[in-house]
Amino acid sequence: MKNTISNILKTSAVAALALCGAAAWAETKIVIDGSTTVGPISKAFADFYKEGHPNVNITISESGSGNGVKSLMNKACDIANMSRFMKDAEFKSCVDKGIRPVAHVVAFDGLAVIVNPKNTVQALSMKQISDIYTGKISNWKELGGEDAKIVIVSRDTNSGTYETFNELVLKKAPVAKDAEYVGSNGQARTRVNTTKNAIAYVGLGFADDSVKTLSVNGILPNAKSVSSGKYPIARPLFMFTDGYPKMGSDVYNFVTIHLSKEGREIVSDLGYIPVCE
Amino acid sequence: MKTGKNLIMDVRNCAAQAVIAHLGRAALLAVTVIPTAAVVFIIFFIAKEALPFFENLANVREFFTSANWAPSRDTDPHFGALSIFYGTLMVTVGSCAVAVPLGVLAAVCLTEIVGRKTAQFFKPIVELLAAVPSVAYGFFAIVVFAPILQNHGGALIASAVFFAGAPVAAIVALPLVDVLFGRFIKNGRLRRAVEISMSAVAVLGVGAVAYPLLSLEISSGTNALNASIILAVMALPTIVSISQDALSSVGRDMREGSLALGATRFETVFKVLLPCAKSGIAVAVILGLMRVVGETMVVWMASGNSLKIPEPFYNFLEPVRTLTATIAGEMGEADQSTGSARYHVLFAMSLCLLLGGLFLNGIGQWVGSGFKSRGK
Repeated sequence: MKNTISNILKTSAVAALALCGAAAWAETKIVIDGSTTVGPISKAFADFYKEGHPNVNITISESGSGNGVKSLMNKACDIANMSRFMKDAEFKSCVDKGIRPVAHVVAFDGLAVIVNPKNTVQALSMKQISDIYTGKISNWKELGGEDAKIVIVSRDTNSGTYETFNELVLKKAPVAKDAEYVGSNGQARTRVNTTKNAIAYVGLGFADDSVKTLSVNGILPNAKSVSSGKYPIARPLFMFTDGYPKMGSDVYNFVTIHLSKEGREIVSDLGYIPVCE
Repeated sequence: MKTGKNLIMDVRNCAAQAVIAHLGRAALLAVTVIPTAAVVFIIFFIAKEALPFFENLANVREFFTSANWAPSRDTDPHFGALSIFYGTLMVTVGSCAVAVPLGVLAAVCLTEIVGRKTAQFFKPIVELLAAVPSVAYGFFAIVVFAPILQNHGGALIASAVFFAGAPVAAIVALPLVDVLFGRFIKNGRLRRAVEISMSAVAVLGVGAVAYPLLSLEISSGTNALNASIILAVMALPTIVSISQDALSSVGRDMREGSLALGATRFETVFKVLLPCAKSGIAVAVILGLMRVVGETMVVWMASGNSLKIPEPFYNFLEPVRTLTATIAGEMGEADQSTGSARYHVLFAMSLCLLLGGLFLNGIGQWVGSGFKSRGK
């Protein structure tokens, strides 16, 4: 018994020393803040980067794109993740504070519009999708399908996915009141898979065989149609830095990970589309 | 002679013991104060964060009277929570309608009908329901129960109505015969025949009501009904177990007195035991109710979270959203640092829930004190 206790004490002492050592050794620090959509990419990049550079300390917060800019202009972060480009006013206040924002496009985010495999509808236009989600079209009959009420499934208003969809498709119009909200891409897919008359949108990585992906304006979403800009429900994801980072610096390395083979794999594993092939 | 020495208490020892006793008491008191203080701080914090929202009177009016909920818009946001309050009410009423009769009848069965051994077998199983994590219930609701409701919803509802309604109708028909024909039909055999045929008619009547429900189509399985049923299952262990305690605390004298007076078992249960245990059962229902109102994960997954007041208002087959689900769903984007209305409105909802909970708890305490004094 006594032995065990002294062993535990020894081990914890060693661990504490090791921690102190690590803290003292970590000289460079990268602080990242911003979008919840880009957050997962940053986290995966950080895990990858720390493997090769154990002395770099990377902290990532996800407080939304707007707060990302605020952090950057207040010099509270080195990299601001954003799922949209900076607004004019944001850009101006950055410049006023002596910050010169430089955008790095790290990935593309495409949303697939999915329906139940039994649904006969194959294709919709942006206008039709918008009409469904704003409540102007409520029956599949109006879209060439069966005579059945459309069950609208949306992501919760918290998610970046909702934001993208709301901006690109609905042009910020309010979603129909009888729309159902689900908390994750996986749940949206499950609902569509088990509900014959449901429609939903999910990140491209989630559109698998259990559901039917619709073509939008005649174009099916895939890596090619998204990165070429042909598929309409897609947007670039940004990391903003203050000026172009000094080449060879840790920030420089970090915002160029997405160009490497490993970086591209990380991006596509997360369900996003890499910028280059 | 160690023990002998300890028996003799010298003065110093005594004083030391008194100090230790005081210290022990103080420590225990401190431990008791911690949860109490936590409750006070939680109430204080929620109220503090909710007040900025209530300072604006236009906000308050919209909050309670409008169903226009659009808190995320940059320009012209709306905070009408009426449909959300209504969703909470609907799910609560729905789950009570399922859980209260089931729970109380199960408690009656466990205390009065089956033997001790059978009761001891079933009670822990029912209580096990309380140990299932709520996210597991939610997962079940969305993956298993929602598709069942969509594919066989009509048949399910029709059979539920029939199997719950038929016995009730048959039992109600019997005294009805007494009231209607008791004076005219003196012949025992004839009366029995009339009673049986009336019961049969009543059962057929329920069948006639249930039959059209067979063809009911449910377009979306995540709706108020789904959430109500799952929540009812979650409230069952509380209701069963506390009702059972209330029933078994009714004295043996009441039971035997009733039976000795020639009352049947049915009459004893419904006319003597249930009225005697009613305050205990009320406490059981209130505690079950609080579990239902406060539940978040299940309603977030099972209720569909739609922002509409169902049409017509009693339509349980439409999706609804509750206060708890709204708080969980909006929390992440509500901007804390800028102190936006979107952030404070969630605390306003929490405050409403908290006040509702305190109110229910107060009723529970009040009713419960009646139950205790009568039980003795």
